[in-house]
Amino acid sequence: MTARTVLQPADITRALTRISHEILESNRGGENLIILGIPTRGVALAHRIGAILESIEPGSGRVGELDVTMYRDDLAGQPTRAPARTHIPAGGIDGTTVVLVDDVLYSGRTIRAALDALGDHGRPRAVRLAVLVDRGHRELPIRADFVGKNLPTSADERIRVRLTEIDGIEEVTIES
Amino acid sequence: MRHLLSTRDLSRDEAIQILDVAEDMADVANREVKKLPTLRGKTVINLFFEDSTRTRTSFELAAKRLSADLVNFSAKGSSVSKGESLKDTAQTLAAVGADAVVIRHASSGAPQTLATSGWIDAAVLNAGDGTHEHPTQALLDAFTMRRRLHGAASRGKSLDGLTVTIVGDILHSRVARSNVWLLDTLGATVRLVAPATLLPADISTWPVTAGFDLDDAVDADPDVVMMLRIQAERMHAAFFPNAREYSRQWGLGDERLARLRPDTMVMHPGPMNRGLEISANAADSSRSTVLEQVANGVSVRMAVLYLLLSGSAEL
Repeated sequence: MTARTVLQPADITRALTRISHEILESNRGGENLIILGIPTRGVALAHRIGAILESIEPGSGRVGELDVTMYRDDLAGQPTRAPARTHIPAGGIDGTTVVLVDDVLYSGRTIRAALDALGDHGRPRAVRLAVLVDRGHRELPIRADFVGKNLPTSADERIRVRLTEIDGIEEVTIES
Repeated sequence: MRHLLSTRDLSRDEAIQILDVAEDMADVANREVKKLPTLRGKTVINLFFEDSTRTRTSFELAAKRLSADLVNFSAKGSSVSKGESLKDTAQTLAAVGADAVVIRHASSGAPQTLATSGWIDAAVLNAGDGTHEHPTQALLDAFTMRRRLHGAASRGKSLDGLTVTIVGDILHSRVARSNVWLLDTLGATVRLVAPATLLPADISTWPVTAGFDLDDAVDADPDVVMMLRIQAERMHAAFFPNAREYSRQWGLGDERLARLRPDTMVMHPGPMNRGLEISANAADSSRSTVLEQVANGVSVRMAVLYLLLSGSAEL
């Protein structure tokens, strides 16, 4: 197995900064914006994006966590998954623009589950998707609005995102 | 984890995982849509051979919040009253495609029989069997203690160092047994207080200290006092002279309540005999966790149903 680093720490920071600006641009400011991270690494990324938004436009970095475990379509036939915490910022998501954040966009099934989960918490005005890496191979009609890096891969390669908050090191690698 | 029959076979990690998942389930009760799609298409059968309100309702709500289909089956008004055996009842349920059977039975070991006999492949959840165990009650009690202690920061925590005094009819209590094993696994210290006639003969083999004097136990400043119900339906012999004497010696009255710390938890698995084992003031005080226990019961049972019915491998 060989591992090749595709994003260095500085690349990740630049990507998140660009995504943050794009979010503010497409939302025409920081009004009614909620950033929801999908556990595990999406949450860490959401908090970073929230902090950058806050530094650009104070008050715009409202961050929460959205666990999608209970909405997955692959629960049967796999070892039992432990759910993670869901935290919706005070005030709820009704009428807001929700930006879902995940580390890697692959089949699209996690995002499908996230959209279902979101519907049980309220009715946002719009839902957008931000991912650090889009590796292709979609199985559902889902696309990201904000992408850190497009990485064409083959299905037997593995993308690993490691973040300082969770893994102690910071990098994105392709293993094959 | 395939079945939940006893808290005795739960490892510390498994027990903490159930409580952690229950924390996530508790959040569902505060949402706009109080339902998860997780167990859509699964069938849960409530098989109750003994009367129950809160446990049956609690399992029913838990299953419905997870989108499972639930059928209530009580012995009264069913074929059981016509003399059907447990085996035939179980096979009938298997034939209609039950994925989980929640069973309450007057005979200790009935859930074990159901789980190991090969009559059905459904997951079996013990909802109280005779004087043996009532594992989900112990889990919800532990969950309630942990939440009172740690609040929102409960996830991952055990009950290390907590002192729990369980008072009353230990001999007939499946709640006490399940609690003793689970609390010991989670690191709490358990003290039992009961009339000598209501302590089991094998108490020396339990991981507890046992005594007869409630006043001593109250003065020992426990973190939790759990009062057990005097079970009139199991009082076939004269275990104590009369209700008034029991209440005076082993009841949590106003005077004993006043000697407890303001943050000592007063627990009761319900249904309460007010004025017998617990005074109205004790039951309604801010120390009392009785209603929290009922609410938490749904979360804990959702967690157990989720862990037993989703996924294909070990816990």
